[in-house]
Amino acid sequence: MFLINCPYCGERDQSEFTAGGEAHIVRPKQPTELSDNQWAEFLFMRKNIKGVQFERWNHTHGCRKWFNMVRDTSNDKIYAVYKMGEKPPIK
Amino acid sequence: MQNMKNKYSIFSLIKNAFSYHENWQRAWRDPEPKKEYDAIIIGGGGHGLATAFYLAKKHNMTNIAVVEKGWIGGGNTGRNTTIIRSNYLWDASAGLYDHALKIWEGLSQELNYNVMFSQRGVMNLAHNLQDVRDLKRRTHANRLNGIDAVWLNTEEVKKFCPIINTSPDIRYPVLGGTLQKRAGTARHDAVAWGYARGADAMGVDIIQNCEVKGIKRNGNRVEGIETTRGFIKAKKIGVVAAGHSSVIANMVDLKLPLESKPLQALVSEPVKPIIDTVVMSNAVHAYVSQSDKGELVIGAGTDAYVSYTQRGSHDVVEGTLKAILELYPIFSRMKMLRQWGGIVDICPDASPIISKTHIKGLYFNCGWGTGGFKATPGSGDLFAHTIANDEPHKLNADFNINRFVSGDLVDEHGAAAVAH
Repeated sequence: MFLINCPYCGERDQSEFTAGGEAHIVRPKQPTELSDNQWAEFLFMRKNIKGVQFERWNHTHGCRKWFNMVRDTSNDKIYAVYKMGEKPPIK
Repeated sequence: MQNMKNKYSIFSLIKNAFSYHENWQRAWRDPEPKKEYDAIIIGGGGHGLATAFYLAKKHNMTNIAVVEKGWIGGGNTGRNTTIIRSNYLWDASAGLYDHALKIWEGLSQELNYNVMFSQRGVMNLAHNLQDVRDLKRRTHANRLNGIDAVWLNTEEVKKFCPIINTSPDIRYPVLGGTLQKRAGTARHDAVAWGYARGADAMGVDIIQNCEVKGIKRNGNRVEGIETTRGFIKAKKIGVVAAGHSSVIANMVDLKLPLESKPLQALVSEPVKPIIDTVVMSNAVHAYVSQSDKGELVIGAGTDAYVSYTQRGSHDVVEGTLKAILELYPIFSRMKMLRQWGGIVDICPDASPIISKTHIKGLYFNCGWGTGGFKATPGSGDLFAHTIANDEPHKLNADFNINRFVSGDLVDEHGAAAVAH
């Protein structure tokens, strides 16, 4: 339970948002050429980090836009919010 | 086990009464870690301790250790809502969970430790026509697998649990339900304590306050673990770290199909007996039972984002309590006493992983998500088999890690018989 600073709407309660999981997992350019292992990697395998994680969120009950967020999963502290397509502001 | 020096019995109870119960022996030792073990289990929760217990009892592996970051009973074993059932739809799940239920039925005797297993029944409610079809289908599937299940209509639900509001006027009226009479509850931390005591009596070292910091590898084989209490050598390492499974996996650059999320539960102030069974509702996501102390034990849902904070969001609890109040208006004046969260590791198919990995000597038992407690004895038994033989038992063969590559998922989003 925390506040999220939506890049379009400003600070709102987390319950207005939907988490979309780990960010920056690029959909394979040539899906037909993927091996089963590569598909499993893309579809299912996750870092599931305890610590600073890059993730996607959607402001479901607001502007309904997707954006990225950097959050520490061990204490829910948010370090950065940035729009889709933008490079992460921190490493 | 029967030769255990300090067997609990009516005689030991009377004997200790004379010394005002001040001389009870320790339930398990507090040993220093040895330099090397035949196998190490990472994680001293119910599943990890059960694994160690069955490794020693059934596979004669007694030179083993369980390492635990915190203390025994302090993790998810002491945080769940203690529900035990095996009424799963698919054959693979039914086999796994009913194996566990059969062990539960004799567990207090096997461990010489009262785990307060109570077969008070678990009832799952249906609130719409699709629920009715799904649950009837599941009843038939259960029977074909030799698992007891009956369908109850609305009147029979009301008769079985009179405090449920079965009025047709509520938002999600009760159209019926299923009942598994062999299902029920157990005292959750007693399960960890009982397994710890039983494993310790056979020579297993239970090492608490010992956090794993790294896994040492030599090529494609494990050699031991780096811990806060030094390096410990072992050829076989079984990881049973629940919500922290990915943290351990990341130490060997292994990615797992898991996401860790807080799952909440809460209990009310204690009251006189009012509900003598477990009632779960799929559609409205509410389940409730009453502990022997008299508290209502209520399970809420998970937060829908990755987090390792053991608390969870208020709106999740609020949603659950709304559903509880609609089904049980009688609880409207109850005060909630405590609320807590545990970190659960959830697979994309919401079924567990009990499996070897591509790294020799490294085994994972994880992905139990929101419904692992009920499987504790079976999970330990099958994981012990997998570690001892370096091959899965036929009951956990389907729960291997390669199913995410082959696509042969055990797609049963019913880990807690609630919608996910």
